[in-house]
Amino acid sequence: MCSREGGDMAVLTYRDALNAALREEMTRDDRVFLMGEEVAEYDGAYKVSRGLLKEFGPLRVVDTPIAELGFAGIGVGAAMVGLRPIIEFMTWNFALLAIDQVVNSAAKMRYMSGGQVGCPIVFRGPGGSALQLSSQHSQAFESWYAHIPGLKVVAPGTPADAKGLLKSAIRDDDPIVFIEGEMLYNVKGEVPEGEHLVPIGKADVKRAGTDVTLVCHSKTVTVALKAADQLAEEGISAEVVDLRTIRPLDTETVLNSVGRTHRCVVVEEGWAFAGVGAQVVDEIQRRAFDELDAPVLRVTAADVPMPYNKLLERAAKADPAKVVAAVKRVLYLPG
Amino acid sequence: MASKVLMEALSPTMEEGRLVEWKKKEGDPIRPGDVIAEVETDKAVMELVARAEGVLLKQLVPAGSTVAVAKLVGVIGQPGEDISALLGGTPAPKPATTPAPLPPSPAAPPTTGPPAARTEGRTKASPLARKVARERGLDLGAVAGSGPEGRIVLRDLDQAGAASVAAAAAAPAFTAAAGAFQDVPLSQLRKTIAKRLAQSIGPVPTFYLTTEVDMDRTWEAREELNRRGSGDAGKVSFNDIIIKATAAALKAHPACNAWWQDDRIRYWHEVHLSVAVAVDDGLITPVVRHADRKSLRDISAEVKELAGRARERRLKPEEYTGGTFSVSNLGMFDIDQFTAIINPPEAGILAVGSIMERAVVKDGALVPGRRLRLTMSCDHRVIDGATGAGFLRTLKGMLENPLALVY
Repeated sequence: MCSREGGDMAVLTYRDALNAALREEMTRDDRVFLMGEEVAEYDGAYKVSRGLLKEFGPLRVVDTPIAELGFAGIGVGAAMVGLRPIIEFMTWNFALLAIDQVVNSAAKMRYMSGGQVGCPIVFRGPGGSALQLSSQHSQAFESWYAHIPGLKVVAPGTPADAKGLLKSAIRDDDPIVFIEGEMLYNVKGEVPEGEHLVPIGKADVKRAGTDVTLVCHSKTVTVALKAADQLAEEGISAEVVDLRTIRPLDTETVLNSVGRTHRCVVVEEGWAFAGVGAQVVDEIQRRAFDELDAPVLRVTAADVPMPYNKLLERAAKADPAKVVAAVKRVLYLPG
Repeated sequence: MASKVLMEALSPTMEEGRLVEWKKKEGDPIRPGDVIAEVETDKAVMELVARAEGVLLKQLVPAGSTVAVAKLVGVIGQPGEDISALLGGTPAPKPATTPAPLPPSPAAPPTTGPPAARTEGRTKASPLARKVARERGLDLGAVAGSGPEGRIVLRDLDQAGAASVAAAAAAPAFTAAAGAFQDVPLSQLRKTIAKRLAQSIGPVPTFYLTTEVDMDRTWEAREELNRRGSGDAGKVSFNDIIIKATAAALKAHPACNAWWQDDRIRYWHEVHLSVAVAVDDGLITPVVRHADRKSLRDISAEVKELAGRARERRLKPEEYTGGTFSVSNLGMFDIDQFTAIINPPEAGILAVGSIMERAVVKDGALVPGRRLRLTMSCDHRVIDGATGAGFLRTLKGMLENPLALVY
């Protein structure tokens, strides 16, 4: 699944794993440059670009004004003429201002130029909610971008996947929406040193199990793994499938798992309506109908703008207890 | 305004009725009180009468079909009237509920359920349960569902599995040729008899008929046959003669040569006699195929051969299944008379005692005689008292006058 040269492991935070990916790819290919708000002098709002200005200089690590549409457009233009830009959005909430460049320019370029002009660009930044950042700063937009033909949408849930997927994204010839987890930046994990590439479009079984499949991505990988721990204490064996890439969706891995467990719960940070899980459920019901012993259930954010109040925020989010309850329902167990 | 024609309860105990014949065609004008159809109830054939005026817009069930009371069988209305709403029976659309985020404490569905959920005759089962049932040959209708609203889920099949698989394995492996039998759908009367009798006595409502047979002539005939026969291999036993006679009598009484099939009775045109053979730890019933068409000598040889292999446990499944009637003989154990247990789906079995030498009254004089007691066990769902008695009388006649066997 992953190709490596070194094989040595280091324990890194998700943030430093991304930093390593940026550094390695900028070293490897001088067409790669990073642009965004506070990425240079301040080392990044979340310190993902720490040290890069010093190492690669102001031509390749570029601070921008607070003008998302403008610098996203500069990135698209640079990609069209042969560079490999990485556009950092301070969060994906702010990227709403730039969505025209992502959806109407980057995603359409190869198609509308009849294949003459590609757009090898990575738009990246944190998505989803943190803690008490309220409605406008707590949104998971994976399904928005996954809706668009021409975009690839990646959302890693672990430091190793963050590094391996970002490296693959920078080398990809198509526009990539790379959504990081704000609450994941400090999460530590083993990360292979050096050349570690995780293929885009491949899900990963984070935990093997036999009774139920938990489909998740990004921050909900942690939620699903915690739920699996709790379920194991009750003798229920849950398989955790981390999508890693939302589009192209690795339905094969999902269907293989559901074919063995016959029950599925899809967990995501976003809202239910037209969410990522809706697409996963569609694939399952269509292609694994005869394997299902129960309807596929979903655990999502509550159908409201994210509340600021701490208790309400907690109640609105997907959490392990809700996953455990859903698993019991698909297993027809008293909850 | 169109109105429904429903199957009505035409007798106090009627739960379903067979629509024997439509008396009105689609398009026929109808007035209240007109006879629309004839319905066979559990007691008799009754008339289903119109309750509305108009024309018969639709016959919803074909003649001959059985319909539960209160189910829709037709529609009366004005010509050209749209009756799709009446026919669709589509439930009022449920209010669209958003697949809401999970409730904090979901109401747990009941985990133990009443018998399988059937909504309007539909069995609810998960797709996986349906697939697995198909693969294992299980009847979902016989499985109790434990999911929400009685949905059958995989675990229900695992529990039902053992029993059903055993039943499937016990099913006759013998495959009959086409035209070897005739299936007769159960009449309502037959159904009611079957249900009531089974309730009263158990799965197979059995009754017993005993007759005593004068075996003097058969005795003489056998001695004569064996005197002429060559060596031991050619010796004919009483059992062989009884098998031959039973087969011939069954041919004359096909009503006793039948299988109970739950929703029908299978009347066999061929006679395949199961012959009970004691083996070390039980018994097995090898089948003499077409016993009615075989000579005594052939039957004798075949029974010897089958019984030999039965004791060695070398019979193939098709050799001990597919019988249409059984014969069990305990005469060699000095049993005067006994009752045998029916071997389902067969409907009858003949229990043969020993031939007793004793004083009998013949033409007013006390003389020595040889007598045999035959007891027939009958599945009352298939065979009635008089039916079984008729068969036994024929059999008795054949054994008392063995010439009849070659006639």
